[in-house]
Amino acid sequence: MKELGKVYGINGPVVYVKGRTLFQMAEKVFVGRQKLIGEVISLNSKMTTIQVYEETSGMKPGEPVYSTGYPMSVILGPGILNNIFDGIERPLKDIEKISGDFIKKGVEVTPLNTEKKWQVHLLVAVGQEVLGGTIIAEVPETKTIMHKAMVPPNVEGTVIEIANDGEYTIEETIVKIQQLDLSIIDVKLAQEWPIRIPRPVSKRYESTIPLVTGQRVVDTLFPIAKGGTAAIPGGFGTGKTMMQHQIAKYSDADIIIYIGCGERGNEMTEVLEDFSKLEDPKSGNSLMERTALIANTSNMPVAAREASIYTGVTLAEYYRDMGYDVAIMADSTSRWAEALRELSGRLEEMPAEEGFPAYLASRIASFYERAGLMQNLNETEGSVSIIGAVSPQGGDFSEPVTQQTKRFVRCFWGLDKALAYERHYPAIHWLKSYSEYVGDLAAWYRDNVSPDFVSNRSQLMEILHQESALMEVVKLIGNDVLPDDQKLTIEIARVIRLGFLQQNAFHADDTAVPLDKQAKMMAIILYLREKCRSLIAIGMPMSLLLNEDIFPKIISIKYDVPNDKLELLDNYYEQIDLFYNKIMEKNA
Amino acid sequence: MAIEYLGLDSINGPLVVLEGIQDAAYDDIVEFVVEREEHKLGRIIEMYENKAVIQVFESTANMSLDNTHTKLTGHAMELPLAPEILGRTFDGIGRPIDGLGEINYVVKRDVNGLPMNPVSREYPRNFIQTGVSAIDALTTLIRGQKLPIFSGDGLPHDQLAAQIVRQASLKTEEEEEFGIVFAAMGVKHDVADYFKRTFEESGVLDHVTMFLNLADDPVVERLITPKVALTAAEYLAFDLGMHILVVMTDMTSYCEALREVSASKQEIPSRKGYPGYLYSDLASLYERAGILADKPGSVTQIPILTMPNDDITHPIPDLTGYITEGQIVLDRSLEGKSIYPPINVLPSLSRLMKDGIGKGFTREDHQDVANQLFASYSRVTDARSLASVIGEDELSDIDKKYIEFGNKFEREFIGQEKDESRSIEETLEKAWELLRILPRHELDRIDTELLNQYYKVGR
Ligand SMILES: Nc1ncnc2c1ncn2[C@@H]1O[C@H](COP(=O)(O)OP(=O)(O)OP(=O)(O)O)[C@@H](O)[C@H]1O
Ligand SMILES: [Mg+2]
Repeated sequence: MKELGKVYGINGPVVYVKGRTLFQMAEKVFVGRQKLIGEVISLNSKMTTIQVYEETSGMKPGEPVYSTGYPMSVILGPGILNNIFDGIERPLKDIEKISGDFIKKGVEVTPLNTEKKWQVHLLVAVGQEVLGGTIIAEVPETKTIMHKAMVPPNVEGTVIEIANDGEYTIEETIVKIQQLDLSIIDVKLAQEWPIRIPRPVSKRYESTIPLVTGQRVVDTLFPIAKGGTAAIPGGFGTGKTMMQHQIAKYSDADIIIYIGCGERGNEMTEVLEDFSKLEDPKSGNSLMERTALIANTSNMPVAAREASIYTGVTLAEYYRDMGYDVAIMADSTSRWAEALRELSGRLEEMPAEEGFPAYLASRIASFYERAGLMQNLNETEGSVSIIGAVSPQGGDFSEPVTQQTKRFVRCFWGLDKALAYERHYPAIHWLKSYSEYVGDLAAWYRDNVSPDFVSNRSQLMEILHQESALMEVVKLIGNDVLPDDQKLTIEIARVIRLGFLQQNAFHADDTAVPLDKQAKMMAIILYLREKCRSLIAIGMPMSLLLNEDIFPKIISIKYDVPNDKLELLDNYYEQIDLFYNKIMEKNA
Repeated sequence: MAIEYLGLDSINGPLVVLEGIQDAAYDDIVEFVVEREEHKLGRIIEMYENKAVIQVFESTANMSLDNTHTKLTGHAMELPLAPEILGRTFDGIGRPIDGLGEINYVVKRDVNGLPMNPVSREYPRNFIQTGVSAIDALTTLIRGQKLPIFSGDGLPHDQLAAQIVRQASLKTEEEEEFGIVFAAMGVKHDVADYFKRTFEESGVLDHVTMFLNLADDPVVERLITPKVALTAAEYLAFDLGMHILVVMTDMTSYCEALREVSASKQEIPSRKGYPGYLYSDLASLYERAGILADKPGSVTQIPILTMPNDDITHPIPDLTGYITEGQIVLDRSLEGKSIYPPINVLPSLSRLMKDGIGKGFTREDHQDVANQLFASYSRVTDARSLASVIGEDELSDIDKKYIEFGNKFEREFIGQEKDESRSIEETLEKAWELLRILPRHELDRIDTELLNQYYKVGR
């Protein structure tokens, strides 16, 4: 750490050093007497500009600025999971120990515990050739996740020394590698990686496997692939955070990285409290054992908000490299974009739309580009899926962040204010949303769920579209004048909306639903439609059909059939037949 | 510290520039003496070598480049605190204005506060009964929540806030202490007086700390008012272990002051001239609510804002809604029907109610009843607009029922007297009375067992 300059000017999170300096672009620096962490964001012969990740109040011109020689990086190693960090990977529990209930600035903490001894089992032998990414050891990081220590991506050579199986800290050397140029590299459990540079992979695949979330409107109507990207735009209170919590809890990813980017403190507390208590359906352990949280709440420094997104995605890539399926929840990417805008404004850059900098689109693109199903350097396969909330100003999807995001994601789960007002949750609007993965995943659904899953899905969508057209008419003249087959469409659409799309996150069974149940519920609804259609075809009026209680019965399948008693679903076909026969007998 | 600088280098709106100063820190407070007698405060908002850009908290009207002495205080804005601030009244930057003298302070705190560590928080779960049905049943207030009132000019937000403060039974069984912090920003004298009278009448005045920046007080000063108020609230809550309810009105004036300063700094605006950092700035206030796991006490916020043009998508309500844990939205058309409180329940929301209601908190049927009221009332809107096209007589029977339900819901459930305090049981009973207007099979948000239990009773 070398002093390379002195503070000249301070404007919020932006600090200037005057004159020509030896700093490097994107270098991590320590600013001022309190050694606040910062990053060099522009350099010219007159001025070096630094963004500071902590509050700068109290800083004076003339204070020293130190160089580190390294770009902004994170430490990657065991201890990331079951932990909560701020935007630049400082563990909040350690900060609490030093600074109490409120976060003071300039607190010095290491990202990962350097004293803890981990149980290490070596997987390489002396003399073995290794490449970047080669897995050299296994460490049970949490009850759920086996951590795999890897050769850093840019290292390759021959193993010349290994440690014995046993307990090591993240700073102890476990393998020595001699590279081609004869230099010797000490490989430890932890490695460092710059947050703004994607970790390298060998190959990118088209994903054909869904990330199963247990949320019907997602899995059935607008599925996302493992390694896919999705945006959840919606005005305040429409359910972005709830949706991300649900996916973080119930999706079949191996690992969850949850980034609270400029959102509420209580929401992070909620995740911490809930996830520690909730059981991971896959392993039976607590959900936190497969989760890492990154929290830059809305009242924490704005520059660290900009970094938090990159910190999160770098952690995710690291676990992907081990061969895991990782899902990132980023809530909310708009706050990240606004942090870019705020910093850009302080730098007096030329703004493009609504004050956002012109590079907004390229930043959003390069973030989502880091998702994907990959063949890793070590030939394992892993994926990073990114699900980003978008908080459009005024709830208006035509604003720049929503529009730019739409260009780079393949799932768009548009939340609707009117649905949220009537408490139809999740408020994902079926007419405003889409998934480009439906085709890619069709074969998987056919082989693993049911042969007619995809065609049933299309029928559901079709009914919903017809309903919306019919409702335009109903708004003007009322329901009564419609012919019975159209009334039926409206009633079936109602069953779909209330009984299928609406899903109660607070109901023990309904909160997450296996794909089998989703497929069967869908098939039952369509069977009901088929039977009603034939009744109407022979002249039975809709009002007669509605007198029977079959419609409410089908609507409450979601509550009445527990997820572990799916055999009960078969009864519903009988009940629909009974209803059919009853109408026929009574009115024939 | 005691160096005084004579003169200024420029004055532009609320901003002054002073060059040639030494040892000044970013964000520090400076004191000005104008014409040797008038004292003003300012804050360094940009610092370059020996040049400081200072935002003056009071009017710069009588300042000249020569008549002002500037002194550095060497610290950020601080508020003197002691238990005796309860029952006292201060101006918008925390100076006593009730003639009872200075505070014998125990501590002084930086008014900017520090972010609460999310791992130190406790998730709020305790129901506060306000006695207002629309709030208790549908947008339940939870201790430690930030729940704003979105209002419009001329709507009775002050009455509602006062009623909540009066009726909120903040005490639990353990006789915990409660207090109220009231912050006024740019409101008229009669509003401040109204609140004062309300506190007096309900006999809680000695539990209230008031910070008043009124309409004729300096505009820039109100940028500090919520900060001093919240600093006082945090002290009372987390040092003294009290349950503090903070009422802040009017956040719109605060935001306008922020815009004014931003404009004079010639910053690039985002929407409607408001600075790009309005979200972060508001968050630094609203996030100062909550509960700490290892301390007694809590800070609950009820900010009040008037939506310009009644427009909920205006940046002030919009950004507020993105930060707070819900909102209570007042509506001019309900006011037009003489319904008090004119709460439009559909856009209103309490995000924390899900964990603070139900069995063991309020009543087992609470969540389902709330969902059903929302769903049914939103059907009323459809039925009404159809009626306006084809006439009410032409409506189907079920739509007629919805209209009946809607009218009664507005008059009897939302509507209540300004001094009427309903228990949560009374509120839920009323809700069932209304739901019984609708046929049972229309109630698709309520668990079958709860329907069995509650739908028939009383018929
Ligand atoms: N799936 C759901 N089931 C039940 N309730 C829900 C669901 N989704 C949302 N809600 C309700 O809506 C409220 C708001 O949801 P949420 O906090 O997710 O909104 P948001 O879109 O993240 O808002 P903001 O942008 O302000 O953060 C929740 O507190 C909850 O009451
Ligand atoms: Mg949210």
